[in-house]
Amino acid sequence: MTQIELRGVQKFFGAVQVIKDLNLKIDDNEFIVLLGQSGCGKTTTLRAIAGLETIDGGDVLIDGKPVQHLKAADRDIAMVFQSFSLYPHMSVYENIAFPLRAMRKSKAEIDGEVRSVAKVLQITDLLGKKPSALSGGDMQRVAIGRALVRRPKAMLMDEPIGALDAKLREEMRAEIKRLHIKQGSTTIYVTHDQIEAMSLADRIVIMHEGVLQQVGSPSDVYTHPANLFVAQFVGSPVMNVANAAVTMNGSGARVTVDGAAEGFLFPSELVGQLDAANVGQDRLALGIRPEGVMVSREAADGYLPVEAHIIEPLGSYDIVDLKVGAQMLRARTRSGFVGKPGVQVFAKLDPAQAHFFDTTSGNSLGVRL
Amino acid sequence: MAAVTTSTERSLNKLAIVGVLIITMIFLAPIYWIASTAFKPRNLATTIPPTVMFQPEISPFVKLFTKRSQLRTAPTPEQYAAAPWWERLVFDGGEKVVRSGRGEVQWSGYPSRFMNSLIVAITSTILAVGMGTFTAYGFSRFKIKGEQDLLFFILSTRMLPPVVVAIPMFLMYRVVGLNDTHWGLIILYTAFNLSFSVWLMKGFMDEIPKEYEEAALVDGYTRMEAFFKIVLPEAATGIAATAVFCFITAWNEYAFALIMTNRRAQTAPPFIPSQVGSGLSDWTVIAAGTFLFLLPVAIFTFLLRNHLLRGMSFGAIRK
Repeated sequence: MTQIELRGVQKFFGAVQVIKDLNLKIDDNEFIVLLGQSGCGKTTTLRAIAGLETIDGGDVLIDGKPVQHLKAADRDIAMVFQSFSLYPHMSVYENIAFPLRAMRKSKAEIDGEVRSVAKVLQITDLLGKKPSALSGGDMQRVAIGRALVRRPKAMLMDEPIGALDAKLREEMRAEIKRLHIKQGSTTIYVTHDQIEAMSLADRIVIMHEGVLQQVGSPSDVYTHPANLFVAQFVGSPVMNVANAAVTMNGSGARVTVDGAAEGFLFPSELVGQLDAANVGQDRLALGIRPEGVMVSREAADGYLPVEAHIIEPLGSYDIVDLKVGAQMLRARTRSGFVGKPGVQVFAKLDPAQAHFFDTTSGNSLGVRL
Repeated sequence: MAAVTTSTERSLNKLAIVGVLIITMIFLAPIYWIASTAFKPRNLATTIPPTVMFQPEISPFVKLFTKRSQLRTAPTPEQYAAAPWWERLVFDGGEKVVRSGRGEVQWSGYPSRFMNSLIVAITSTILAVGMGTFTAYGFSRFKIKGEQDLLFFILSTRMLPPVVVAIPMFLMYRVVGLNDTHWGLIILYTAFNLSFSVWLMKGFMDEIPKEYEEAALVDGYTRMEAFFKIVLPEAATGIAATAVFCFITAWNEYAFALIMTNRRAQTAPPFIPSQVGSGLSDWTVIAAGTFLFLLPVAIFTFLLRNHLLRGMSFGAIRK
């Protein structure tokens, strides 16, 4: 049973504040992913929890006890590094046994535990080898084994599969998930790869320039991004964002993208919700993911004529750039749905997948249609 | 790249081999000279042209280890017959072994000088490498105020030719009573090697990824334990290379040993040339002394040759 809590954590590197007033509560057995671009403070946060980095303000609590003054060795936390950091002069067996030796366990106990962890990770036949003789995937398995063997209160992983090639990364991702389900320990995982984050996390923590942007389940973060940063950081292809104006027109609302002649039809509740948010028209931005842009080859009710610009065939689907006013809206279509660039097609926005943001603060206006 | 070697490449290769052979011969010639002279009878040591083929003998070594004086008259047949085999070798050279009143053979100064050399070189190497390793670790891993200035200061101790300070050092040593003591030389050589050791070890320490220690820290070890269990084994190559260089410097040092010591703590380098005038001016004895003196460095370097090679090419290769 391990809960980790960060309360008002501050961290400076010289004059630069890399963690700004971070508050986060992590539950027992939870798989948390810290997601953000490089330099956003996610790794520093992880190292602060591990005790490899001191903090300049706030508290780090493990099971309710402040630990920020404890040494790394006394926090009972294991860490997996991006560079694997296997001790090169020790065999795989010795590497895994190393944390147990710090606990002054008996030889028989150590042997039993090393072998059981090796069995779980299917690396039993590697125990006698030196790390230099291992492949990247096996090195990471050993590194995870070294972290697991002590049964620590929590596992910290700093881009553990970032150094592997794409195919192996996918394999290891599945393996880490399998292990977490099987072993169940509180895990904090740092990555800049949103696909990794989406596929692994119970909850994703998105950070930007040292500030926590949003915490939520993968689907929550994807479908209800709290601000423009999260909206554009999570999801691939990136969400379309365009300045837009909203007008009332007879039975429904019209959302006109910057420079467009006509507006897309939206339910009339939109106007009421925007009024409640109290944001001026000049500060309003529309966000919609490519799968929220619906494309038709024939004119239909609610569809506006648009011109297809660039078509990116991605195998299972195409991404089509549609020129709407001064903006390009990227739409996701079936493969080969739009014949060639330059043809006229018809587009409609799915109101349920539309997001509205305040361009000044970047925050979502929380419109749900 | 194609695996085909062109004829120009082949002839360049041959040329390189010839070049290496010539350089090797140039380096080995003095060593051959010393080694062959050490086993020559005295009358063949100074012939011109040099004698290449001869019956090797060990009389130079017997003479090297014993105190001896010139014979005024040839030994009587009884004396000769009563003498052990090794003493006859000395008689044959026109000298006799000096014995005490009770007839005990008197040792020459060489064994004790050789021991002094070992004591001084080994102790100062251990001290210089040990302190250098700790210092380098500190500089490599922690934020130190004025780190660059301090490192430069450490290096600057090597910028003056050491002999320049020999006279002041001699006077200082006389006042504090370090003249002609082992510790005097040990401190001197340690100080001399320390800057070198710090700089070389800093390079090696910088190459060891920080994550190794951090992994050990979260694995439940203190920084000291991480240093001894993780950093030291990783730095073994650097330590070995640094030790070889420090040992060679301390072992070969001549000028300070000559000035600072005369008897009790005298090392081999100033002692060997002083033997030219002892008894006859016998070059075979000098050569024997020099030959033995070469061995420890040769053995030490041979044992650590793999580390040394890496130490020499250090910085040229990125892992």
